[in-house]
Amino acid sequence: MPDILRKLPETGPYIACPECDLIHERGRMRPGHVGVCRRCGAVLFKSQHNSLDRTLALSLSGIVFFLLASYFPLLSFRMEGAFRSNQLLDGTFEFVNEGYFFLAVVVLVSSVLAPFLVLVLVSSILLPLKFGVLPFAVKSQVRILEQIRPWAMAEIFLLGILVAFVKLGDFAEVSVGVSFYSLAMMVVATVLAFTTLDEHELWSRIREVENG
Amino acid sequence: MTKPRTARSIGAASCKGCGLLVEVSDAPKALHHCPRCHTAVYQRIPDSLARTWAFLLAAMALYIPANLYPILTLVSFGQKNSDTIISGVFSLMGAGQWSIALIVFVASVLVPIVKIVVLLFLVLSVQLKIQWRPDVRTRMYRVTELVGRWSMVDIFMISILIALVKLQALANVDAGPGAAAFAAVVILTMLAAMSFDPRLIWDVLEEETNE
Repeated sequence: MPDILRKLPETGPYIACPECDLIHERGRMRPGHVGVCRRCGAVLFKSQHNSLDRTLALSLSGIVFFLLASYFPLLSFRMEGAFRSNQLLDGTFEFVNEGYFFLAVVVLVSSVLAPFLVLVLVSSILLPLKFGVLPFAVKSQVRILEQIRPWAMAEIFLLGILVAFVKLGDFAEVSVGVSFYSLAMMVVATVLAFTTLDEHELWSRIREVENG
Repeated sequence: MTKPRTARSIGAASCKGCGLLVEVSDAPKALHHCPRCHTAVYQRIPDSLARTWAFLLAAMALYIPANLYPILTLVSFGQKNSDTIISGVFSLMGAGQWSIALIVFVASVLVPIVKIVVLLFLVLSVQLKIQWRPDVRTRMYRVTELVGRWSMVDIFMISILIALVKLQALANVDAGPGAAAFAAVVILTMLAAMSFDPRLIWDVLEEETNE
């Protein structure tokens, strides 16, 4: 075994760039700093003040906004005296009605399930840790979180709603519902939760709790 | 030129799940699990190029029906109007909605094409052992992976319209087969990008300095 690895504790001082494989030393980082690969420029780590507390607070507020978004109408639409509004899941149901099951699954997962699950996982990992309790199957939870993240597309869904709004505005009277704003707030909370998340700190915290 | 110290050169690999540097053997398909998060750790993604090719070719095949078939149909007062991806952009332009037309054009027309071309270029450059600017190629990969998901905008727009515009004879919007093909193209190119291992771009340099 090479020397460099023998000196490697679980939260070791060395990391390799995920995009070009170059070895770097973590060094001491001041909060707010971002470590970048010196060969290819990939982001290696970021250090944050109170990272875990902030992320937890943001993900919990994200969940509240999601619940609001799933209860109220997204858009409402008036044309020649007829009125209609839609809710978060209506698009999925309508794809099923029209026989496009593939699209129903794609839209359900990317606009509703994955974004919600991401927030739930972050909270169910960080909330017990906050009180010094080891979360249930914490390693699997972190792993699933990483795998789901690319498929959570709430921010793109938001843009899609906006495009639909503009398209409809041409021939009918459209208005934006409470759900749209809640969804926008959920997106903001999610984005901020992940910008403040310091993965290194997460793993050190898990380790601390594990060792009592 | 001194040989750069990479994880592979010391018999280690970076865990995709948590970034821990993990000791792994040199056998190309040896399976290791990260001691910290239990994610499977590989020196390089197994069969990265073959997988990327498979997803890319499937995406290219579906790109044709995605653009030829209508993505949605509007029936209003007995009049039927179908939109393909391109005609959807034109109808937004016709309505004077330039900024939204530009967003849809970039997300639905430009991004999928550029993504497919960039991934083709990256896979070929690795296969042909081209040494041109690995830093630039890595950046191309990074940007491609970042913006690819935004092509889903049209699919979400359709999911809103079909749920909202259901006013019987007055106005009715239905999804078209082009939408299903287009969503498949976006997902396949995402899978292609995830299968591609950018570390392969840098491996050529290492082999060179070994000699």
